[in-house]
Amino acid sequence: MSKTKMILGLFDDPDDMMQGIDNLQKNSIPIYDIYTPMPIHGIEDKMGIKDSRLGYVAFCFGCLGATVIFSMIYYMLVQDWPMNIGGKPSFAIPNFVPFTFEWTILFTAFGMTFTFFAATNLFPGRAPRVMDLRATDDRFIIAIDAKGNVPHEDITNLLKQAGAVEVKHNERKYVSYE
Amino acid sequence: MKTHNSIEERFQFTGTSKTLSLVGIVIGIIAIAFGFILGGEHVQHTYSNLLLMSYYFVCVCTAGVFFCAYQYAAQAGWSASLIRIPQAFAKVLPLASIILIAVITFGLFSEHEVIEHGKKEMVPYLYAHWATHGLTTLGSENYDAIIAGKAPFLTIKFFYGMLIVLLGAYSYFGWALTKTSVDEDTEGGMRNYDKSFKLACIFLVVFGFTFPIFAFGVIMSLEAHWFSTMFGWYNLAAMHVSGLAIMALIMIHLQKKGYMEWLHVDHMHSIGKLIFGFSIFWTYVWFAQFFLTWYANIPEESVYFYKRWEPEYKFWFWFNIVMNFLAPLLLLMSRDAKRVRSRMMWTCLLLVAGHWLDYYIMIMPGTVEKPGFGVEEIGIFLGFVGLFTFSVLTALSRFTSLIPKKHPFLQESLHHHI
Repeated sequence: MSKTKMILGLFDDPDDMMQGIDNLQKNSIPIYDIYTPMPIHGIEDKMGIKDSRLGYVAFCFGCLGATVIFSMIYYMLVQDWPMNIGGKPSFAIPNFVPFTFEWTILFTAFGMTFTFFAATNLFPGRAPRVMDLRATDDRFIIAIDAKGNVPHEDITNLLKQAGAVEVKHNERKYVSYE
Repeated sequence: MKTHNSIEERFQFTGTSKTLSLVGIVIGIIAIAFGFILGGEHVQHTYSNLLLMSYYFVCVCTAGVFFCAYQYAAQAGWSASLIRIPQAFAKVLPLASIILIAVITFGLFSEHEVIEHGKKEMVPYLYAHWATHGLTTLGSENYDAIIAGKAPFLTIKFFYGMLIVLLGAYSYFGWALTKTSVDEDTEGGMRNYDKSFKLACIFLVVFGFTFPIFAFGVIMSLEAHWFSTMFGWYNLAAMHVSGLAIMALIMIHLQKKGYMEWLHVDHMHSIGKLIFGFSIFWTYVWFAQFFLTWYANIPEESVYFYKRWEPEYKFWFWFNIVMNFLAPLLLLMSRDAKRVRSRMMWTCLLLVAGHWLDYYIMIMPGTVEKPGFGVEEIGIFLGFVGLFTFSVLTALSRFTSLIPKKHPFLQESLHHHI
């Protein structure tokens, strides 16, 4: 059995890459993932990728932020140490609005960022997982899991037909920055 | 793509929408006549509602000019294929301005007798707080030092000058932006687009500085003793949200009639995002104005909110926040919600009603004795809805094509995808 783990089709043109996706899909070859240096419109629909759930995460973090700060200032300014400021009642809701607003945004922003990092293995200090370094530069790459997808020659031919400038048979899944 | 077949499409304004808008106008005229015939408090109610709706009318049309201008200034591509809708608003702005000035003129120069502080006085129906005779004349029994201090701004001469200059300027820019776009259809090339860009930039500077003055004059001076520097931005936000909501409604209406088939769900999504965002902005400025006044608690400032906190207004004062903040926040927050036509339509209708309530809360406490919601409110609202629909759709049907055929970003707009 061959040692090839991933087959990468490298394209220099996004339209050729789209053709490559079509060729593979017509032959029922599952695509592992696509790596491009820029966003390609309509690719999610083509690949059948589900809508991102990041919005729900954002909503939950926003609610969390609002709850945390509201309970915090409620405890501080109403329960623990009520103060008379300009004759206002201690539980003066309008005063709480700016804090609540800011913390909702703060929690939403940080929550979304960290969730995104966690979901995409991009956490700081971690070596990024990259299959081919030129995917961040000038190559549009289709990655196919080599195991179970045989024969490899046919896949190579399909990619070449679509206009791949290079097809790689990698024995390691990721190359990391050394 | 189907769009290439219909690029010469022309809008025909016929059928039920035309009949209904004419019926609306008739209802409006009957309601105005009803108010004047009944007399007494009803006359005041009629004037206040006329001011409310003609201000609303002007604001929505101005929002059309504003929308065109910032789309051009930002060199936005997505909106190119729907820009005819705000352009139709811009074309109606001169009519709206004339109606507003007429309403103000009638309200300002027809006086009625009121009893204030135990003595009878002749005051105009609108702007009684500063336009009553003798308020600024030293030694007069009506003399009011605060109003006298604001006399350079609040005089009939300056007031009319401001109205005519500002509305004239906004109408001119609306006309010019529409004209360059129509010329572009026949001429092609970049000349007209470059011209639009310049016009849009100049308009935005002029508009940004002067719209608050317009709002101070027309609405804030109804209660001339009170002032708030946030008021202009607050009105700008209200005007923008209601303008966008009505644009979305017209877009949905046209699509239901089978026009503008090139617009798809992504265009509605983009407008939805603007409506959502500017509803939040509206709340931000609403709260900024309220919060500072509430916190400082200076009598001459809090009197404005004190009045709106009387039992007859208090519920509506807070309901305003529910309609214009909570409703769009929760209804339009998720991505998918902005892509559902019925959801967008109902939210926009809610916002149109919500901003009517917003203006109601701004205008009524300063002008009428007792708030009401009766024939004048409903009738005059329907009248202006009819007038707006009729004039905007007529303006839209005058365009030789519903799409700016040679707009440089047209292809980007037709393939808009988010």
